[in-house]
Amino acid sequence: MSSIAQKKGFGATIWDFMTTVDHKKIAILYLMSGGFFFLVGGIEAMLIRIQLVKAGNDFLSAGTFNEVITMHGTTMIFLASMPILLAFMNAVMPLQIGARDVAFPFLNSLGFWLFFFGGIFLNLSWFMGGAPDAGWTNYASLALASEGHGIDFYALGLTISGFGTLIAGINFLVTIINMRAPGMTYMRMPLFTWTTFVASALILLAFPPLTVGLFFMIFDRLFGASFFAVEMGGNTIIWEHLFWIFGHPEVYILILPAFGIFSEIFAIFSRKRLFGYTALVFATILIGFYGFMVWAHHMFTVGLGPTANAVFALATMIIAVPTGIKIFNWLLTIWGGNISFSVPMIYAVAFIPTFVAGGVTGVMQAIAPLDYQLHDSYFIVAHFHYVIVGGVVLAILAGTHLYWPKMFGTMLSEKLGKWTFWFFFLGFHLTFFIQHFLGLMGMPRRVYTFGADQGWDLFNAISSSGAVLMATGVIILLVNVVMTIVKNERIGNDPWGDGRTLEWAIPSPPPFYNFAQTPLVRGLDTYWIEKMDGNKKGMIFAEPLGDIHMPNGSIIPFVISLGMFIASFGALYFLDGKPWALAVLIGGLALMFGSMLLRSLKDDLGFHITKEELLEDAKGGNTDGH
Amino acid sequence: MMKGIKKWRLFALMSMLLVFLAGCGREEISTLIPAGRVAQDQFNLLILSSVIMTFVIVVVLIIFILAIVKFRRSKVGEDMIPEQVEGSAKLEFIWTAIPIVLLLILAVPTVYSTFDLADVSTMDVEAKDGNSSHLTVNVTGNLYWWEFEYPEQGIVTAQELVVPTNERVYFNLISADIKHSFWIPSVGGKLDVNPENVNTFYLEFDQESSELEDGVFYGKCAELCGPSHALMDFKVKSVDREEFDQWVTAMQAEEPAVVEGALAQQGEELFGQDGLSCISCHATSGLGEGNLMAGPNLATFGDRNRVAGYLEHNEENVKKWISDPQEYKPGNLMPDVATLNNGEKLSDQELNALAAYLMGLSVEE
Repeated sequence: MSSIAQKKGFGATIWDFMTTVDHKKIAILYLMSGGFFFLVGGIEAMLIRIQLVKAGNDFLSAGTFNEVITMHGTTMIFLASMPILLAFMNAVMPLQIGARDVAFPFLNSLGFWLFFFGGIFLNLSWFMGGAPDAGWTNYASLALASEGHGIDFYALGLTISGFGTLIAGINFLVTIINMRAPGMTYMRMPLFTWTTFVASALILLAFPPLTVGLFFMIFDRLFGASFFAVEMGGNTIIWEHLFWIFGHPEVYILILPAFGIFSEIFAIFSRKRLFGYTALVFATILIGFYGFMVWAHHMFTVGLGPTANAVFALATMIIAVPTGIKIFNWLLTIWGGNISFSVPMIYAVAFIPTFVAGGVTGVMQAIAPLDYQLHDSYFIVAHFHYVIVGGVVLAILAGTHLYWPKMFGTMLSEKLGKWTFWFFFLGFHLTFFIQHFLGLMGMPRRVYTFGADQGWDLFNAISSSGAVLMATGVIILLVNVVMTIVKNERIGNDPWGDGRTLEWAIPSPPPFYNFAQTPLVRGLDTYWIEKMDGNKKGMIFAEPLGDIHMPNGSIIPFVISLGMFIASFGALYFLDGKPWALAVLIGGLALMFGSMLLRSLKDDLGFHITKEELLEDAKGGNTDGH
Repeated sequence: MMKGIKKWRLFALMSMLLVFLAGCGREEISTLIPAGRVAQDQFNLLILSSVIMTFVIVVVLIIFILAIVKFRRSKVGEDMIPEQVEGSAKLEFIWTAIPIVLLLILAVPTVYSTFDLADVSTMDVEAKDGNSSHLTVNVTGNLYWWEFEYPEQGIVTAQELVVPTNERVYFNLISADIKHSFWIPSVGGKLDVNPENVNTFYLEFDQESSELEDGVFYGKCAELCGPSHALMDFKVKSVDREEFDQWVTAMQAEEPAVVEGALAQQGEELFGQDGLSCISCHATSGLGEGNLMAGPNLATFGDRNRVAGYLEHNEENVKKWISDPQEYKPGNLMPDVATLNNGEKLSDQELNALAAYLMGLSVEE
């Protein structure tokens, strides 16, 4: 089953990916679809910067501009950053803890397909009567007043993809708690696993408030409820609270895995153990914890009163402390190390000053009275791009270079990687640094145009020119990916030469069962310890070679998600009085619940890989799976 | 090679200079040129926090640059295996404690200022003569225009706020439709204009707007409120107390100003009940209560700085606006003038008349 190398046809490959429950293939699915949405969001960003390149530009109409900014934010947060980080979590975390797969492989697949169909649903709004136009925050009074179906696409699409993310979070939590290899205590887990763990806990706690808010929104818009309808006694501030109780932890859901990736990179490319590992772990947990205490700092100008504002201002400032601890521990990690400036390390090194710049403007905004000036101005636009692009996107680009060899077995070109870096990095600072000053000069965010008499022309033109550089960087990355795939030069277990954790001890890409024998972990940086002890195998084993029990692939997760996707169209058009809408709604739900029922009733016991097959595999080096 | 580097340096220096010269923006709208006590407090906080944060950045940068210069592989050798240091409790303590101290320095003025700027306790305090000791303005945010009611004085205006200098002015904010945010950057920070509750705060105007190049401060809507959010501007005239009182008296005049000239009189007729009935939404007298009319009050139209909040103030723009409001503020609620005119567009003559009438509406000398 596993030993015969076959060249699969295109259709068979597609089918394989549609039915796979293998965490490494799901990671590739996340990376590809997240990457696709990243390009879509990037094109939207370019449209924004073209429109704002000069005063009074008429490249986009007012309504279209609002659709573009809404979809840019929503796409980048929900459909690009999160899925790409989930891709790395899927690809790497189970390997780091020495597991054969995640705890619930079927759910892993379901989580992906729900996210995927949610994202497609949301983006189909462009072709079906207009995209959402109330900003990614979708504040209730504007959202309820918005005509057309844009907001309905937003609420339903995010509900579906939110289920997917929630499922992924729960899955990772259970995996990390239950599936660690013998000897892998919590305080020996690699930092990327730790940040995955904390981010998953945040997902578990933060997504329900969003789902509640979205349900209220759907009920208000589609079924005439009035949770947010002021004239009926509703209250729009409730949406703001629900959104930000989700929204603030959400930014930590994004940045913590990014911190994890950078932590791995600093250790590998400095050839040195992470300085203050314990402090880094506790700082991660603290950031996750504080993340739930500070949501109202997004609402300083709402009029919550001075007591609430003061309390939330102080709580927000505290977050700077654990973040500072992290920065200094990273600096001390590279201090005294042996630094190799490979592409992932360049990103990691560039991340430090960039993120510090984004962090300090965050503290400035925590000063509530000062925030009355900064809030909803271009200052905040600059701030969150500094932390999200300067933190999360740099981590995504770094992680793409770092983990590409482990995921695909080939190396991205270092030379092109450096070109991408310089274009992207310089373009980024050119675009966003100056936006701090635009904000201080009185420019509100989310404006589709500005007058020539406001004094903002020059800075906006500079900002737009930076965006061109960023786009160039991304295009070079695409060229790099294509060339790497075409060249197809295979690499070994530890392509960076200084891998420290378990994923670098096994082939690239790993066999579909990951570890023929479960490893025994003797300390932090397992693989490094074995290397230093001269262990040629890279690990010691906790069990003799034996049969491995594996799950079967399944198309059911795809069908469940498809059912929900179809049902959403029914719900969306139901109120328009379209005669077919009810049938579509019922049909989609029937498909969804039917396939759930099938899954519940049909026993699927998986299959076994025999010891003989494993031995043959080890000899032949075939890692293609069955 | 050296020459190339020098050129780059010069270029970098020049662009830094350019940024600094242009860096403060226009005095009508920049938070960096505060023109009132509230904005000044906020500006001081900006400077204080910028200084502390620059210190943080410099410390990080020094360690950072030293680290990446000293410990690069080309310097320490290809095969060097560094010592695997676990950490240092002393260092951890230092970089926990110092940020906490820095934050405490920031926390004290933050809390003080948060309560200070929200203190509206003197708002309803009566002066000796029984009148309120401070001016209160009720602001209503509407889809893409602002209404300012002066309840004590019994007058209403729109789009251009008139306030006295060197005293506290209190604002009650509410929205008539969706959420907006009331922001006069050079005078003070913003406060949201919610549909469900009244928000109250105060500002102080310490500079007369006549000293500004454009003669008015620029006000903005800072919360996305629909397609024309970017165009929901208003203007602020700050005048000394005496001039303000004169303006109030003029606004309170019962008798409407006499319309002069045949063209303007034709415009008045068109504007009135027997013409296009514009007057059913737009009052032309400053006397009255707020939040009653569907459109902005036009009593001071001729005195304004802009048409529709952002277009240059001339008859041409008035005519353009009347003939196609959707072109200039997409999504606004003003009806298409043809629907008021039995489905026909206004003739040039009629537009001229309306513009002449509107430009004549004035309470200033």
